[in-house]
Amino acid sequence: MIWLDTIVQGLLLGGLYALFAAGLSLVFGIMRLVNLAHGDLIVLAAFIVLVVVEATGLNPFLSALIAAPALFAFGWALQWFVFNRVLGKDILPPLLVTFGLSIALQNGMLEVFSADSQRIPAGPLESASVDLGAVTVGIMPLLTFASAVAVIFALNQIFYRTALGRAFRATSDDPVTASLMGINPRSVFAMATGLAMVIVTIAALYLGMRSNFDPSIGPARLIFAFEAVIIGGLGSLWGTLVGGAIIGVAQTVGAQINPEWQILAGHLAFLAVLLVRPRGLFPRAVD
Amino acid sequence: MITRRKLLRSGAATGLALATPGLFAPAIAQGAKIRIGYVSPQSGPLAGFAESDAYNIESFLGTQVGANFEVIVKDSQSDPNRAAAVAKELIVDDEINLMIVASTPETTNPVATTCEAEGMPVISTKAPWQPWFIGQQGNPGDPASWKPFDFAFHYFWGLEDVIAVFLNMWNQIETNKQVGGLFPNDGDGNAWGDPNVGVGPGFAAQGYTLNDPGRYQNLNDDFSAQINAFKAANCDIVTGVVIPPDFTTFRNQALQQGFNPKIITVAKAILFPQSVEALGEAGHNLSSEVWWSNTHPFTSSLTGQSAADLAADYTAKTSRPWTQPIGFVHSLLEVASNVMGRVSDVTDAEGVAAAIAATDMDTMVGKVAWNGAGVPPFAAANVCKTPLVGGQWRRNADGTFGLVIVDNQTAPNIPTGGTMEALA
Repeated sequence: MIWLDTIVQGLLLGGLYALFAAGLSLVFGIMRLVNLAHGDLIVLAAFIVLVVVEATGLNPFLSALIAAPALFAFGWALQWFVFNRVLGKDILPPLLVTFGLSIALQNGMLEVFSADSQRIPAGPLESASVDLGAVTVGIMPLLTFASAVAVIFALNQIFYRTALGRAFRATSDDPVTASLMGINPRSVFAMATGLAMVIVTIAALYLGMRSNFDPSIGPARLIFAFEAVIIGGLGSLWGTLVGGAIIGVAQTVGAQINPEWQILAGHLAFLAVLLVRPRGLFPRAVD
Repeated sequence: MITRRKLLRSGAATGLALATPGLFAPAIAQGAKIRIGYVSPQSGPLAGFAESDAYNIESFLGTQVGANFEVIVKDSQSDPNRAAAVAKELIVDDEINLMIVASTPETTNPVATTCEAEGMPVISTKAPWQPWFIGQQGNPGDPASWKPFDFAFHYFWGLEDVIAVFLNMWNQIETNKQVGGLFPNDGDGNAWGDPNVGVGPGFAAQGYTLNDPGRYQNLNDDFSAQINAFKAANCDIVTGVVIPPDFTTFRNQALQQGFNPKIITVAKAILFPQSVEALGEAGHNLSSEVWWSNTHPFTSSLTGQSAADLAADYTAKTSRPWTQPIGFVHSLLEVASNVMGRVSDVTDAEGVAAAIAATDMDTMVGKVAWNGAGVPPFAAANVCKTPLVGGQWRRNADGTFGLVIVDNQTAPNIPTGGTMEALA
């Protein structure tokens, strides 16, 4: 019974990690850009959702809906004006730019929002739960997991059913040939980062409602997101969900043995997967 | 080598200061006031402890005694490393005469250790004395190696007091005496959860069994392991020393997973009405130790205000509810000014330390005197104890919370306002 509960709680925690990782996975899959500022962008989005909640008094979900277009525009501009300038054969300059962005974001948020820890208020939803017979699960973790699945399903639909998705895949496979076919890789990249920021907004919403956040916690979230992407295989969106679930379950199982093992167990699971499948479980990209 | 001080001293002697008044006037003017350095967590997860700092310092500087002082406040950002760094800045750059520090071992310990190493007298409070004293020792595991400090002095209560208060509260309600413990991997958590010198043996002495699943990391995302362990042990009581964000996560997850103990008594997390209000309904009848309240029968040596006056004045000036740290920050300034009033040379660190050791005064939080009363011999020179009682948060109809003292067996002079009630 306890083990069943542990695994269910771990899967639900994995949903949160998969949400953190989905945006990262998208950006890496399309332009091979490792965004070290991803965790800080999640925290930034959480602050923006909080600002909207406080300014309008709306429910957090509606507030996130209002914040999402703004963050899409922010992501588009970030790619268009910053990352596109450094993307090229050499992978180091974009990596360094995102590293710098991470530091700038953390300190910028510290300046604007202070180091106080904040929380997006969600009312009775915070402690609501459903009894599934063998286990009792919280509505909030359940919503988080469902959103992760929905986000990844939607992304897959965009990737494989739309013209935009075709452009994403073509640019990902061969930007030069794609541009011969009339696709502008720069604008495709900007769309991708904008889309990633919408996913970041959803991740931020759940991060902010579930626990408290402050400007410095971004990098800690980045580690779990990275591990989920790499376990799942670079470029595979469903793989990212599986990766998140593996880390979540490893953490809750580790904690069940001894709470001191919680964080370590997640990292050990990551190393174990890398030992067996160095390219992750479901690698899509060849390079 | 020519240091700024040497130059100033010789400069004054040779009349250089007169020749170039513009250059030296500021230094002389600054020297006229006694400089107190204060490190506290103004921001970050511990910011609630420092909420009343600005109010207290302003009202202190406004008193007749306070006019002789300058208080330089540095923010630890709730980070032990930063606390040590700003302590060093205060000593080296701001050339303070006395350090004061408050709020959890994460702030007090790095500052006290830095001061002890630099020979700067420091008065510290708002951290149980064991994590403060033992946590600063080279080898906390070996009592024989523990040494007293020359410059670091602390006043607060200890784990033995919190054990007594918790047990007195729990004894008011019929339970199965199974206690679940939430102890994080930080200074407080390790001290409280220690199987030999922590709270466990004290609980056992009155028949309570502590179920401690182990240390977890602060800012944890998932408490289901702890909740399962407490469910398996059928715990009627949950206790611990938890930071507010983690307690919110734990309490919500416990409710989600149907774990409803009769009593939840935690330190740290529910000190502040704001954190209890964030819990809504789930905050009603949570219990905690109480170090200061507006009903404590003490008065200020600086302003003559009673505890009720201070709390009311704080609420009037800031339109925020009173919190326990207000009394202690006030008392810290009382003790600091009292000490500095008894020394002949404020720059003489040994003299200041001796004056701290000789303190014997009544403050806003009770008697402060480093006379070793109630403290084991190894810590007697550095630790002074203030009274501790138990209280419960009661939710009012409008969603605000009030703290009611429900047990005073440990300090009968502090009046109670009700009796212990079980959680709904």
